[in-house]
Amino acid sequence: MIARKLTAGTAIALLLTAQTGLAQITEVGAPEGQLNIVAWPGYIERGETMAEFDWVTKFEEASGCRVNVKTANTSDEMVALMNEGGFDVVTASGDASLRLVAGKRVQPVNVDLIPSWPTVDERLKQAPWYVVDGVHYGVPYQWGPNVLMYNTEVFGDQPPTSWNVVFEEMTLPDGKSNRGRVQAYDGPIHVADAAQYLMHHRPELGITSPYELNDDQYKAALDLLRQQRQLVSRYWHDAFIQMDDFKNEGMAASGTWPFQVNLLQADGVPVASVIPVEGATGWADTTMLHAEAENVNCAYLWMEHTLASNLQADLSVWFGANPVVPAACTDGRGMQTAEGCTKNGFDDFDKIRFWTTPVTRCASQGECVPYYRWVSDYIGVIGGR
Amino acid sequence: MSTPAATARAGAALPVLLAPRGAGDRLTALFWRRPGLLAALLVAPPLLWLAVVYLGSLAALLLQSFYSIDEFSGLVQRDFTLKTWAELFSPANLDIILRTVTMAAAVTLGAAVLAFPIAYFAARHARGRWKALFYLGVMLPLWSSYLVKVYAWKLILAREGIVTWAAEGVGASAVLNAVLALPVIGGNSLSTSYLGTWLVFLYVWLPYMILPMQAALERVPASMLEAAADLGASRWQAFRSVILPLALPGVIAGSIFTFSLTLGDYIIPQIVGTSARFIGQAVYQLQGTAGNVPLAAAFAVVPIVIMLVYLRIARRMGAFDAL
Repeated sequence: MIARKLTAGTAIALLLTAQTGLAQITEVGAPEGQLNIVAWPGYIERGETMAEFDWVTKFEEASGCRVNVKTANTSDEMVALMNEGGFDVVTASGDASLRLVAGKRVQPVNVDLIPSWPTVDERLKQAPWYVVDGVHYGVPYQWGPNVLMYNTEVFGDQPPTSWNVVFEEMTLPDGKSNRGRVQAYDGPIHVADAAQYLMHHRPELGITSPYELNDDQYKAALDLLRQQRQLVSRYWHDAFIQMDDFKNEGMAASGTWPFQVNLLQADGVPVASVIPVEGATGWADTTMLHAEAENVNCAYLWMEHTLASNLQADLSVWFGANPVVPAACTDGRGMQTAEGCTKNGFDDFDKIRFWTTPVTRCASQGECVPYYRWVSDYIGVIGGR
Repeated sequence: MSTPAATARAGAALPVLLAPRGAGDRLTALFWRRPGLLAALLVAPPLLWLAVVYLGSLAALLLQSFYSIDEFSGLVQRDFTLKTWAELFSPANLDIILRTVTMAAAVTLGAAVLAFPIAYFAARHARGRWKALFYLGVMLPLWSSYLVKVYAWKLILAREGIVTWAAEGVGASAVLNAVLALPVIGGNSLSTSYLGTWLVFLYVWLPYMILPMQAALERVPASMLEAAADLGASRWQAFRSVILPLALPGVIAGSIFTFSLTLGDYIIPQIVGTSARFIGQAVYQLQGTAGNVPLAAAFAVVPIVIMLVYLRIARRMGAFDAL
């Protein structure tokens, strides 16, 4: 009877509040003994790839939570794994996090239970990709740019300054065409890289955000990607296969994560990276808690660990990313230094257009092309259509 | 049914020649009286396996394809709709189907041409130790890990790989470049072209073509060839009108393997090739990464339908006559 008197909106609001109240825990109990994480490759290291990069062993010893990691190569893969269930936390990028919230696959996180929360970067504390209606659906994990990697032997003393090397056919400084010698990411979010390129080179299209495209802008981006298809011999999906291609396939340039650049450089492959004039897309990842997580206490302990330990500093060195706790750049808790943070783009936060899920009802214009069309159309573009 | 105690009393009351019957004896008697029962019991487990695990999962798959996916949250909506099937027939998805079928046909054709002389030699000329060596040679690649082989091929076919190196060594770079310059099948390097994908498919599935072919060739009776010779047929005529028709069922049996295996594979085109999707990859990506189980299920039905058609044609051509 009472419910009938309320408007539908209030009812939903009440329902949401009730859910929020139920889902959030109020204190961290005894650890369950294990923690299952979905993460990007290279994100959770326990010293097995390189002994000095380890931010898991100490956590396991201190908390008694055994960490199990399932890596995923694209945001779509992450969303799919979370939809399947069986995981506690995920390192979700901005193009996955809101989908997870909308799909009710993640639960609100009570940041008061995370002692190091106040140390988090002020630029991230209320970031729209994980804070919905004032409710925190996780804690920030790490962020960074998608850089342009190039072969220093091919480019010599004329390093590329624009993404045009991967979008337009041209003769590279070594005298040969770039046809067949560049790569592009095989995730649909790469459409945003094309849109960002157009933002700079074709201002008449009026693109204000590479994630919010109307039909005309979207069509222009797809045309650019079709042109790119002529240049790309293979799209990269797996970070390690891309590294192999830079070693054995004579690749000259590609958009990539700083992770591959670091590993290839450590391997003695002549590569370097740059953030071109058009700017860069980037990722800002959030540790999110599964709605049906079985190991909630371990998850909260882990979230505290991600902010307080050597993780922020060492991961940012390892991945070429930026800590979400500014102090990690300078306080010597790990290997990161102030110069290192600057090099990784810590001060370029405002220049990076972070991965966001494209939705129909977008902020900048009336109607935008939603993500599911990005997915199917990008499969078509790669297939030469 | 009488209890053992009752049986014992009855035994004490009446003089009988046989010892009291145990449960096993009674079971045997039951089977003797009803022979159908034993057969049914023996057949039931495999039949259940077939019905539940094989056909049941196929039916579940088919059912999934009539669901659709919520475009934002990526969650499956369990309402009956034909939307997913309409999506399957979009141009980009038809491309994927066509691409896969073309590749499967090309691999099958290549395998048949390449396998025939090998199988012929093994069936009609190799003897004793040579024959053992032949079997070993054909089977050996099947014993090593499939992934290792495919990764090895990626390196072999890479632009800076052994094939390019060898071509340079013998001065055949121009030939290799000319082949790579071919439209559609060519590319930047063998490992990023359809040609490379085809080569790796061919390598991996060839044994499945050779073995049935060889079995068929071995069954061609020598007497028929003698008769052909007696009637004045040349060796070519005997080959064309006697050996080839008799071996055809084996060729078709082999082609079923190579065709269906290529149709379903999703690993080779991901590691070697142009990144353009094949059916297997589409299923893997839609199911595993995009969470679009309905469309993945619709895609998965495609190879089943193609194979049903293929098997029908194969049956017409006598591929199963020897079964």
